[in-house]
Amino acid sequence: MATMTAGVLGSFIHIDAAVDAIRALQAQGHKDLTVYSPAPNHELEEVLDHPVSPVRLFTLVGALTGCAAGFAMTIWMSNNWPLLVGGKPFASVPPYVVFAFELMILFGALSTVAGIIIMSAVQARRRIPYDEKFSDDHIGVFVPCRAEQAATVEGLLRRAGSVEVTHAA
Amino acid sequence: MAAHSYAPAQTHAEVTRDVVATLGAPSRGYVMMLAGAVGLFLVGVFTFTMLLKEGLGLAGYNPPVMWSVYITTFVFWVGIGHAGTLISAILFLFRSQWRTAVYRATEAMTVFAVMTAGLFPIIHIGRQWLFYWLLPYPNQRYLWPNFKSPLLWDVFAISTYLTVSTTFLVVGLVPDIAAVRDKVPGWRKKLYAACSLGWTGSDNQWRHYTRGYLYLAALATPLVLSVHSVVSWDFAMSIIPGWHGTIFAPYFVAGAIYSGIGMVLTLLIPLRKLLRVEHMIVDYHFDNLAKLTLFTGSILFYAYAMEYFVAWYSGNSFEQVTFWRRAFGPMWWAGWSMIICNAFVSQLLWFRKIRTNLTALFVISIFINIGMWFERYVIIVSSLSNDYEPWAWGQMNPTWADWGILAGSFGWFGMYFLLFARTFPIIAIQEIKETIPMPRKRGGH
Repeated sequence: MATMTAGVLGSFIHIDAAVDAIRALQAQGHKDLTVYSPAPNHELEEVLDHPVSPVRLFTLVGALTGCAAGFAMTIWMSNNWPLLVGGKPFASVPPYVVFAFELMILFGALSTVAGIIIMSAVQARRRIPYDEKFSDDHIGVFVPCRAEQAATVEGLLRRAGSVEVTHAA
Repeated sequence: MAAHSYAPAQTHAEVTRDVVATLGAPSRGYVMMLAGAVGLFLVGVFTFTMLLKEGLGLAGYNPPVMWSVYITTFVFWVGIGHAGTLISAILFLFRSQWRTAVYRATEAMTVFAVMTAGLFPIIHIGRQWLFYWLLPYPNQRYLWPNFKSPLLWDVFAISTYLTVSTTFLVVGLVPDIAAVRDKVPGWRKKLYAACSLGWTGSDNQWRHYTRGYLYLAALATPLVLSVHSVVSWDFAMSIIPGWHGTIFAPYFVAGAIYSGIGMVLTLLIPLRKLLRVEHMIVDYHFDNLAKLTLFTGSILFYAYAMEYFVAWYSGNSFEQVTFWRRAFGPMWWAGWSMIICNAFVSQLLWFRKIRTNLTALFVISIFINIGMWFERYVIIVSSLSNDYEPWAWGQMNPTWADWGILAGSFGWFGMYFLLFARTFPIIAIQEIKETIPMPRKRGGH
């Protein structure tokens, strides 16, 4: 297991206090923050200003693959076991739209979930401290920093309104 | 409580506390309901065992009625499964905040209803152990299924719907399971920790999660509309009188959502009491559910009227006889049960007093469940009974094997639903918290 990342973890009960702290930390050059919240929050999204999640690419590629797979499977299988009825073509595209549609949704949904898991896992390779209050009603702000910066960061968090500050070594 | 606006009166911590409390020691009422569900399930197991031993002759199949109670019940349960995704996905895209308190229960209902529905084609095929012939797998002779058959469209539609709704349910559950993990002690903590997949609610996780959930909702939305359309084409693609109609897809989709919301009401009204969450699922939610019921019930009313109008206006004597016999033939009682329970009873919901009276709503929801089962029974059995050749006409009467499997399906569904409601948060913790403004140091919201 990876060792714990060194830094300072501040806990907030007020959303505006947490936003103030993040702004102040960003102004001091701390860009690599981790912010915990019990639910998604627009103010936090705004201040953190992350780019749009690449999960949408997983959805797009999965859905297109599913659509192509639906048509490919039905057309190939119809030609592979030909049933000649009244001189009509073996493969009939209109009814196969149903399969292409269903597999588009199926592959799109499953690849979306894979996208969420992969993207969350890729960016969570390091261990950082967590507090159980963050899934309840607190907001957490973790600032990775060296031991000599810890006191300054703690002071900043407390001034902004942090109700609890802990150090991770 | 004003019916047109509502905001949860709890804080974030109270939401977690109240929902986690639903996972505590079960009440006597809950245990009795679970015992009842298990009892019904055992009735189904016994009946199915007898069907395996003796064959489908035990059921009331009688030529030309070779689709009857099992296919009726299949369509009934698939229909039930539609309200969940409507509420969880479509209303999510419309940003309807009232869905937050009820969507988890409806989503779970969807998954278990579709699981139940999936059993029926397998029971109906007779040689149940060969069900995998429905799937396109590379067999010894490279013999593939007929993709032009609506029955195979159904296999793909239902299995996709089951997979996507389960995925949607599980993805929505992960942050809530993490909230429960952080509140419970001992072995339950370990169990929920494993199920929460390392969720911490970090900004990075929320960033990918919220986007992914949005796309899942966007994918599930057309799926809801397509699944019951495909089920309707099982009938509409044939030339049986009473089935071969172009209105079948929207008619079936409206009916499915109507029946699903009926079942949501039947489940939620007692469940909120059993789990002591009356303060979280309030009149406001039931009022909105009732409005959806009224809307879809009115579409159904129109569809019923159109079916009779089209039969008359077509000048096609086979269609006319079929619909005449639905109202005045040997199955008149089933035909009128369907019309009264669905078209007329739903119109009571124009009155707000009824929409917010939970006893009245519960009674209406039972009528909806009965009416929607009869709707499928009438469509399937009455049309097959009276085909183009009057000398081949025949009736079927359900036997104990039909009723036993029907009862068993309610037990199977109820058992899973009740177990789910005690094991996982039946009210979405995270989404309710999203609707409650976080406290501010400087006051205001």
